[in-house]
Amino acid sequence: MAKHHVSTIINGEPVEFLCEPQQTLLDVLRDELNLTGSKEGCSSGDCGACTVIVDGKIACSCLMLGAEAEGRKIQTVEGIAQGDHLHPVQQKFLEHAALQCGFCTPGFIVAAKALLDENPDPTEEETRYWLAGNLCRCTGYDKIIRAVLDAASVMRQEAGR
Amino acid sequence: MSFLDKADLKVVGTRPIRPDGVDKVTGRANFGADMTMPGMLWGKIKRSPHAHARIVSINTDRAMALAGVKAVTTRADFPDIAPSRAFIGAAPANLRDLSRNCMAKGKALYEGHAVAAVAAVSPAIAEQALELIEVEYEVLPHVMDVEAAMAPDAPVLLDDIFTSGVEPKPTKASNVAKMVRFAKGDVEAGFAEADVVVERRYTTQPVHQAYIEPHACVVSVGPDGQCTIWSSSQGQFMVRGYTARIVGADIADIRAIPAEIGGGFGGKTIVYLEPIAYMLSKKSGRAVKIVMSREEVFRATGPTSGAVVEVKLGAKKDGRLTAAKAVLKYQSGAFPGSPVNQGCMCAFASYDLPNVETVGYDVLSNRPKVAAYRAPGSPISAFGVESCLNELAGELGIDPLALREMNGAKDGTKAAHGPTWVNIGYLKTLEAARGTEHLNAKLGPNQGRGVACGFWHNAGGESSAAVHVNEDGTVTVTEGHPDIGGSRASMAMMVAEVLGVPFASVRPVVGDTTAIGFSASTGGSRVTFAGGMAVTQATQKVVEELKKRAAVTWDISPEAVEWKDGKAFPAGPNAGGFEPLPLEELAAKSARTGGPISAEVQINAQGQGPGFATHICDVEVDRETGHVKILRYTAIQDVGRAIHPSYVEGQMQGGVAQGVGWALNEEYIYDKDGKLENAGFLDYRVPVASDMPMIETIMVEVPNPRHPFGARGVGEVPIVPPMAAVANAIADATGIRLRDLPMSPPRLLAALDRVAPMRQAAE
Repeated sequence: MAKHHVSTIINGEPVEFLCEPQQTLLDVLRDELNLTGSKEGCSSGDCGACTVIVDGKIACSCLMLGAEAEGRKIQTVEGIAQGDHLHPVQQKFLEHAALQCGFCTPGFIVAAKALLDENPDPTEEETRYWLAGNLCRCTGYDKIIRAVLDAASVMRQEAGR
Repeated sequence: MSFLDKADLKVVGTRPIRPDGVDKVTGRANFGADMTMPGMLWGKIKRSPHAHARIVSINTDRAMALAGVKAVTTRADFPDIAPSRAFIGAAPANLRDLSRNCMAKGKALYEGHAVAAVAAVSPAIAEQALELIEVEYEVLPHVMDVEAAMAPDAPVLLDDIFTSGVEPKPTKASNVAKMVRFAKGDVEAGFAEADVVVERRYTTQPVHQAYIEPHACVVSVGPDGQCTIWSSSQGQFMVRGYTARIVGADIADIRAIPAEIGGGFGGKTIVYLEPIAYMLSKKSGRAVKIVMSREEVFRATGPTSGAVVEVKLGAKKDGRLTAAKAVLKYQSGAFPGSPVNQGCMCAFASYDLPNVETVGYDVLSNRPKVAAYRAPGSPISAFGVESCLNELAGELGIDPLALREMNGAKDGTKAAHGPTWVNIGYLKTLEAARGTEHLNAKLGPNQGRGVACGFWHNAGGESSAAVHVNEDGTVTVTEGHPDIGGSRASMAMMVAEVLGVPFASVRPVVGDTTAIGFSASTGGSRVTFAGGMAVTQATQKVVEELKKRAAVTWDISPEAVEWKDGKAFPAGPNAGGFEPLPLEELAAKSARTGGPISAEVQINAQGQGPGFATHICDVEVDRETGHVKILRYTAIQDVGRAIHPSYVEGQMQGGVAQGVGWALNEEYIYDKDGKLENAGFLDYRVPVASDMPMIETIMVEVPNPRHPFGARGVGEVPIVPPMAAVANAIADATGIRLRDLPMSPPRLLAALDRVAPMRQAAE
């Protein structure tokens, strides 16, 4: 079967790729573009380990076809830090020990960043429901929620300056 | 040197950022499925659609003929090996069974059992080829329920299993692989002496470890038999040893490289994929990658046992326990080897009992072979015992916490399975619980509070560590244990403490099987204990060497040199008036004083301290839906010494969340044909962020004197108390005692309706 030619923007850079019609965006990111930061935990949109931001909205990249990336702007975990400057969510995950095995972490970082882009001052409950599509089996979520709330506070302070 | 006094510690007990953290928040860390090798093929596995079936024939011709398919493998490629036990993972594995679990021989024993595999140039072609493999089955009667499997007329899975542990030895094969018994005193006399006897039956369902990372590996075998395995596991030496034996290779021909591991909880202490990828790579001459789907993880990899737990407790009116008995029937899955031994040993380990007996049965059924899951066996028996203690407390009219305080194990208590406890902190966890604000906080309508406790042995065993002083005075520490939850940080902290250098100057590395000596797997809560002991001893050897180098420099005796704060000092005025020599300077000049400065140690660590925990759980019950909300949770645990307190708290919080899932939602649902109906995260529901409150932690520190820093294992015991804590809280909220897991909304609703049938009539 002929491959699709797709033009897209990933982490701010124009990217072109060829993909098979059945390949998901996650397959393309991982297997064609070598962006293995997005993880495959379930392939059914239940675990959130493959979370990316597509045109400003979070999406499970396992539920999107690679061909659907045409003309879209995609942000993956590899594009969250600016050079050697970590995003506050990343920094707070480290400080709060909000990761144990680290496998779900990329999905949480991307989803939490999207939350704080949309809502700079979420409550604990809002944060828990926003992140309910991301499974973590290690932490019991406590330190993740604290990290995100702390990152929100830091970002508000920075924005207020 | 001793580091048991907390006041002396500068690094241990602080909370630095983990050395592998940045890689894991930026997507740079490489897990099992992230590796690619040149010319790599994709492997896929054909699995039995039947719960129990004889494999009549397998025809792979059409699959092999498909363009892009490079290799097909079946059982015929695997050597037959004798049953033998190897202790490399968390529990002894029978290698023959492990081999037959990786690839079925003669019969498929559960839905999802591997029967063939292919390697092709793309995942899509490999998938297509699976459809072209023709397997003829003769479907056999199957059995799923543990007690049905024990019945004399049950379909028998393996015809060479004759119940061990019973006299006389049975002559008829059965599904009961063994019976075990641990006893102390005279239980019958103990029950006769009791004023009150409570006897109850509890059941638990199998639950999956549900690590978010599915199993994955890349294996490359050269024409000379030299093999490289990249895989995600709890032990690279386990992967190497098991794979070598299953495929019939020499251990020296396999180099196993540990990928980052995306959760294991015991479930990655055995192999599933590596031997299959090995065969496909050997046959194709190319590297082969296999990644399980989530569905395969559920259908074909080990959950822990579902079980029947019968508990009988006898007590005097004042609450003093006179006797305790438990009968445990644990599912092992399709091969022998449930954690029923551990279930028996742990059942009453927290209590000081004059008369106690536990009897356990290891029972096969047509389910995936169970694998270790966090404190294997203990949470199951604890659900029964800790629930029954509250039922007894109710009968006696005694506060359940007071009942535990009165009967709790302490130093000098002899447990039924053998050990006499020393330096244990169980009563201290109860004391800490007693002192919490939580215990007396006000509850609202439909809310209840439960307390439950737990025990886990923890483990020691074989570990290796190497400490290298680099030319610039920085330090590299190589260990043999995959870092599953922050252990690199703990290792580097212990090295920094002993050397007296900043944490940031120590770089921890998890070595492959050619880079460091043999190390047993990351499991049994053993890494900070055993690995930490090895790392500490290696660092102490380095310190001795550094003192020698300073002595050479100063031309004095090494005994006249002291090491402190990362520097060599003359040990007093008689040693000479030399300026201190920092590590940096000794490192830079090492060529002139004797060469590189390194030390490696291998140990078989003994003296792991047991772990005890007490949990307090508040729930709110929705009487309309049967939904249980966890309102508040406090976990209290004797952690020995918290090396990195954040990661200790993380273990406690993670164990609680897993236990809450086990208590409230998680179960395997099979149809009448023995096919799993909920093989995905939508229908097998693990707790999500909105299901949980913050989890308060109280770390009690009763140092373990057998570890240089006083550490004891912390990772497993926190999953032991939650099921009973939740059940006890539900009972407190509703007056209804649920004895069957999971306590899911339909089950609780049905129980509420039985108690108040008028409710429905009124509506």
